[in-house]
Amino acid sequence: MTAFLLQRAFTLALTLLAATVAIFLLLEVVPGDPALTMMGMNADPAAVEALREQLGLNAPLVERYLTWMADMLRGDFGTSYTYKTPVTELVLERLVVTLPLTIYALTLSTLIAIPAGIAAAARRNSPADLTIMGITQIGIAVPNFWFAMLLVILFASVLQMFQAGGFPGWDAGFWAAMKSLTLPAIALALPQAAILTRIMRSSLLDAMGEDYVRTARAKGLTRAQALRRHALRNALIPVLTIIGMQFSFLITGAIIIENVFFLPGLGRLVFQGVAQRDLIVVKSVIVLMVFAVVIVTLLVDMAYAIVDPRLREGRR
Amino acid sequence: MRISASLLVGGLLSAMFIVAALVSYLWTPYDVEKMAVVARLKPPGAEFWFGTDHFGRDIFSMVMVGARTSIAVALVAVGIGAVFGVPLGLLAAANRGAWYDELIMRFNDLVFAFPALLLAILFTATLGPGAVNAILAIGIFNIPVFARLARGAALSLWTREYIMAARAAGKRSARISAEHILPNILNLLIVQATIQFSLAILAEAGLSYLGLGAQPPIPSWGRMLSEAQTMIYVAPWFAIFPGLAIVLTVLGLNLMGDGLRDWLDPKLRRAR
Repeated sequence: MTAFLLQRAFTLALTLLAATVAIFLLLEVVPGDPALTMMGMNADPAAVEALREQLGLNAPLVERYLTWMADMLRGDFGTSYTYKTPVTELVLERLVVTLPLTIYALTLSTLIAIPAGIAAAARRNSPADLTIMGITQIGIAVPNFWFAMLLVILFASVLQMFQAGGFPGWDAGFWAAMKSLTLPAIALALPQAAILTRIMRSSLLDAMGEDYVRTARAKGLTRAQALRRHALRNALIPVLTIIGMQFSFLITGAIIIENVFFLPGLGRLVFQGVAQRDLIVVKSVIVLMVFAVVIVTLLVDMAYAIVDPRLREGRR
Repeated sequence: MRISASLLVGGLLSAMFIVAALVSYLWTPYDVEKMAVVARLKPPGAEFWFGTDHFGRDIFSMVMVGARTSIAVALVAVGIGAVFGVPLGLLAAANRGAWYDELIMRFNDLVFAFPALLLAILFTATLGPGAVNAILAIGIFNIPVFARLARGAALSLWTREYIMAARAAGKRSARISAEHILPNILNLLIVQATIQFSLAILAEAGLSYLGLGAQPPIPSWGRMLSEAQTMIYVAPWFAIFPGLAIVLTVLGLNLMGDGLRDWLDPKLRRAR
């Protein structure tokens, strides 16, 4: 168990390291001088040079990478070129939008997908099953940002039940804030729910074919009882993994969805950072996002190993 | 062999968009680059089937031309994945446990652990937006998919008797991979390619929606949607039709992939 987790943690630490190197190198090849961008095209060359020195842009590549890593490990993500505020502050201020949005969407997706998947598997090949499978087939094909636009047309334009975008802030009250996150969360959640429903269904059908279910049936349980008491718990294991993986889809999906709904979250921060060549912001937020994804992956692995002892041994 | 409904429907939907893309080279109802102020924001009707945009351009024609961009980007991106991924996977399988097998698999793990869209956005945003960089960004994430699939499928074949016979006959492992392994895993690869193709179309749409894909004047479904968003209250049809094109293409490809899997290899049929 410990060995398994250590091995996973080691792999994930390597992943993070590789991710930081990749992000760093990618941003190094970007044309354009951050110091020049920051001071404007007509700036005094001497002043630009001084700023380059101050930002550490003149140091060798390896040194700059190590400094960046060391600063991040101390919790110092640098200062944004454009906002002139520490990136840590910017991120925290944006996180109160993105994190609730992601959790909201993950909750919705799980609450929809698990019952739908169970319903489909319980009545295999029934009209209900075929309908659910048909809907999920479409759900997988729908780009979340287009779905978001359809939601805006229906709920903001036609029914006028919701705002088309924007975020009033948590100061405006919990419900007002949640309401403005509702359409974005639905747009993020439904395509993921379609995938999760299919996984839930096929996992449950697999479990229903196992010997222990046959034994349960042989001792007199009905199909529904066997499903509820024996198959369901086993079938939830792969579903748990997928829910964990969906976190990474949701956090990247949030980049697009926040742009659709003009939500001041991390995704919009990255996006504006890219547009304004604010490389410190871009680098840091992307590293943080990758970090979050890696941590969630590790947590899921841990949960997985606790639930299913067979997986504690080496896997390939 | 019976052709299933999903293969038929999926094949027809996919064929429809391929035909639309090809026909658009020869003919579109209207010129997509011609702007006409008098025909601005016309709702769908007999004259303009899908309506017009804020420049008076015909949306039906733009959707036809947009199909080209989507298909071309997805085709090349999946091609990159297959061309690099399959040989890597075959190489890793032929020499299981060799240092480069480990290296290839660990590299695959790394790429898999990255949130793909995040790095695709980073990639196109830093190297500059454009169709070529979008293709590269999507293509890179396809490499491990094909490498892993090819390796897994090839590994199970390496224990077969006919492979041992080929070995005994003195064939080198590279030749065995090309002559015996590859033809036997081709079905699997084709099915996966269809699925990856549909994912690539979605990814391209997402990137060009963010303005990181094909640049004007090349029409693309994703960018049409981002333009449509600004006038969603006045011209909802502008938002609806390009999105519908994406959904139908992706749906068609997914159905075709499912159908092909069952048709090419009944053994692979999943529990349904």
